[in-house]
Amino acid sequence: MGADLGSDRLTLYGVEFSSRLLAGTAQYPSPAILSRAIAAAKAGIVTASLRRESGGSRAGERFWSLIRELGVRVLPNTAGCQSVKEAVTTAQMAREVFDTPWIKLEVIGEEDSLQPDVFGLVEAASILTREGFQVFPYTTEDLVAAERLLAAGCEVLMPWGSPIGSGRGLNNPYGLKSLRAHFPNVPLIIDAGIGAPSHAAAAMEMGFDAVLSNTAIAKAGDPVGMARAFALAVEAGRIGYRADLMHARDMAAPSTPVIGRAFGDLARA
Amino acid sequence: MRIHVNGKALDVTAATLGALLRELDYEDGAIATALNQNFVRKTDRGKTPLKEGDAVEILVPRQGG
Repeated sequence: MGADLGSDRLTLYGVEFSSRLLAGTAQYPSPAILSRAIAAAKAGIVTASLRRESGGSRAGERFWSLIRELGVRVLPNTAGCQSVKEAVTTAQMAREVFDTPWIKLEVIGEEDSLQPDVFGLVEAASILTREGFQVFPYTTEDLVAAERLLAAGCEVLMPWGSPIGSGRGLNNPYGLKSLRAHFPNVPLIIDAGIGAPSHAAAAMEMGFDAVLSNTAIAKAGDPVGMARAFALAVEAGRIGYRADLMHARDMAAPSTPVIGRAFGDLARA
Repeated sequence: MRIHVNGKALDVTAATLGALLRELDYEDGAIATALNQNFVRKTDRGKTPLKEGDAVEILVPRQGG
């Protein structure tokens, strides 16, 4: 497998992207920094949400204008939804406002860990795919949940690295590797818990197709600098994966040739 | 009548969801609506009647991860 990235495009529901870094839009210090960070990340896709707004406020309109000016694809989410009904209705509302069939489907099962309710997720995904949505389910590394989501019509999966906003990176690399191996032809995007560029690089080295990061960039001391670091890390990880990483060993293997080594036979006489 | 809008109880005079948006000073832009947890399309708001105790959600694009 060569390292040439010229033809190495990320394809999601038939749409191609050159960037394998998706970026969230929450928690930035200001709209200006958000814009600069998204540009520095070279993200082709950003996530957004729907939230309540009082009459007379125009904050939502201003945010929507900012996002459109970025010229990137929007992936709306159902963040915070705790039931199938909430998630489905939110998705329907998002499709009209954002004018896209894409939906990052979140059905949250537990408030401390914000972990997905995989049962509700499968049910909601089934309903939404029947309604013509193209679903990006936020899930775990559970293999059975993955099978059920694909059977429900999802063509992309977004397994967590670790709890949302935790910055802990890849909590269960063995489970994630297993997920990658079981579904080699499904686009898998690591979403949630990424805390550092090295986490993103590690995910890409495992063969994941893309990484979504929000808090790690937005809450960094220098979000624009961190966005650039993430862009480089995702690219480096992808190149490393395509260049075929060496296999790790438990014991040492000399990198310098042993043949021709001076003094070796005298020392052992 | 008294209804709930975005989780808050309000006394309103609007008879339809479309009229409610005008009464509450929502511009006809990037907003989405739901009535009693059911999505209401933009084109249906003007003909969606409201009744006492209804729960309305009015959502707009916002930051998200």
